[in-house]
Amino acid sequence: MNKTHWDVEPQRPAFSRALVALGNTRKDVVVASADLSSSCGTAAFAQEFPERHYNFGIAEQNMISACAGLATTGKVVFASSFAIFCTGRVYDQIRQSVCYPRLNVKIVATHAGITVGGDGATHQMIEDLALMRALPNMTVVVPADAPETEKAILAAADYDGPVYIRLGRANVPVCTTGKDCQDFEIGKSTLMRDGDDVTLVGTGIMVAKCLEAAEELAKHQVSARVINLSTIKPLDEKILVKAARETGCMVTAEEHSVVMGMGAAVALVLVENAHVPMKRVGIPDSFGESGEPEELMEKYGLTVDNIVDGAHDVIKRRGR
Amino acid sequence: MDETISKEKIVEMDEIARKVRRHIIQMIYEAGSGHPGGSLSAADVIVSLYFGMMNHKPEDPKWPDRDRFVLSKGHAAPALYGCLAESGYFPIEELKTFRRIGSRLQGHPDMRKTPGVEASTGSEGQGLSMGLGMALAGKLDRKPYTVYVMVGDGENDCGQIWEAAMAASFFKTDNLIAIIDRNMLQLDGPTHKVMSIEPLADKWRAFGWNVLEANGHNIGELLDALNKAKQTKGMPSIIIAHTIKGKGVSFMEGAVGFHGKVPSEEQYKKAMIELGEGTA
Ligand SMILES: Cc1ncc(C[n+]2csc(CCOP(=O)(O)OP(=O)(O)O)c2C)c(N)n1
Repeated sequence: MNKTHWDVEPQRPAFSRALVALGNTRKDVVVASADLSSSCGTAAFAQEFPERHYNFGIAEQNMISACAGLATTGKVVFASSFAIFCTGRVYDQIRQSVCYPRLNVKIVATHAGITVGGDGATHQMIEDLALMRALPNMTVVVPADAPETEKAILAAADYDGPVYIRLGRANVPVCTTGKDCQDFEIGKSTLMRDGDDVTLVGTGIMVAKCLEAAEELAKHQVSARVINLSTIKPLDEKILVKAARETGCMVTAEEHSVVMGMGAAVALVLVENAHVPMKRVGIPDSFGESGEPEELMEKYGLTVDNIVDGAHDVIKRRGR
Repeated sequence: MDETISKEKIVEMDEIARKVRRHIIQMIYEAGSGHPGGSLSAADVIVSLYFGMMNHKPEDPKWPDRDRFVLSKGHAAPALYGCLAESGYFPIEELKTFRRIGSRLQGHPDMRKTPGVEASTGSEGQGLSMGLGMALAGKLDRKPYTVYVMVGDGENDCGQIWEAAMAASFFKTDNLIAIIDRNMLQLDGPTHKVMSIEPLADKWRAFGWNVLEANGHNIGELLDALNKAKQTKGMPSIIIAHTIKGKGVSFMEGAVGFHGKVPSEEQYKKAMIELGEGTA
């Protein structure tokens, strides 16, 4: 996988296609929206299967608990809204009515992260991974691109228990087309590129950035391993520990606050199993603001350069 | 303010509302994102408040005795920013920075960044509770101010609105006046198709509110209702302002599609002409 100029595609149409496919093959799948069906990608399902789609209006708490009720009868329920409205706002409903009874509610959060852009901090959800991974019984998936989104949605339908799937708003490079990426499995991450000098662990839209960073590092004779950590919980500890031991240092990259996100989760695994120099690339402990996605990525430290600098830093600290 | 408002004053406010509408279209067009429909429907109500009702000092935005306005449907920020700029809270020139990186004018209202913005909103359903808190403090400190809160009709779906409704009548906050922007539309479609909120007036009455109705694009009628609300003692008041989403731009009026859509260049030009560009 040396290519770094991929086609770009948004993730939501892939989500939309997967839902319609599920609607056709599985009668037990129902979908819930909260006055954002046209933005999130549930409108196509609503069109095809109106009797199996519920629009609860701008009432996310009610939506989540009602989804739990639907799930108690054996339905597999997909609930979708913007990440900002279907995590923190409904944390207690997810905790009490979905996770504690371990019900089959799949929360598909779109417009996650800072790349929401112009809407500003009120709409930029950058702490959802922290919230969702804290919940017992919750499974947390962050697809890297459109094809992986489709696979993740289908996998979530077959997976027993609550799942949180995080999608973005913007176009993302289609980087999971390689042969190693074909078999998607919840809880398993993908080795995107092998290398010995440093490991770059990316999730979501940062996977493509890690691959680009690896290309950049190769120009400086640094061989970087790249892992697509598409499931944040449960963590694929084996691949992380192995990579840490073999490369001796690690950089994580996520479009999320560095406070208790993916990098923090990985750090805890390393501290207990393979203590190596590590750097978390992510949004510093702050709220975002209005701006163009690329401008914001730059300002909040989510660029290829940030990953490359991180790699040089951990390699230096490892001192090899 | 004076309760009998002259015809001239109303004509003047109508003109300000047209200017605010032009600001709305221009801001959203230049930013390349934003919510025109719900900003245009809210414009006359917000102008009535800032230019006909509220006791405020643009040169001293933190004056403790000021009346307060909370835009609970925060996505209508362009209408608020247009009004604040016309009132003198910040230069009209600054409207150009809407949604740009580093700007004081965020996509949704930010009370820490923008002079005159009283509450950070954007997640629907929270502004009425914030206004309630301000009203409770006004009672506690025996302050003379009134708190106005604008709520979207779709926003009435939110459970928290009804928690605030119950609490406000329980605490008898007659210094709290809510205005519903009853434009009959929300994001996914007409309110009666997405989630019916009728009978709306009866619901608010049942929650212990004094309910008034007005044409939300008739500033004289709005001021009348607002003054009646202000004189009502012992209970909070709510005005159901009947409005048209996209009001003032023919092809945006009543169009669901313009909830969060930016006009094309051609549409932008047409809208500006319809709103009287170059006439004032
Ligand atoms: C809690 C929450 N859920 C979803 C949204 C996304 N959203 C933005 S505006 C809107 C519709 C608002 O309808 P309404 O309150 O009637 O406003 P108007 O039609 O006047 O613009 C929605 C669902 C939001 N801002 N907040």
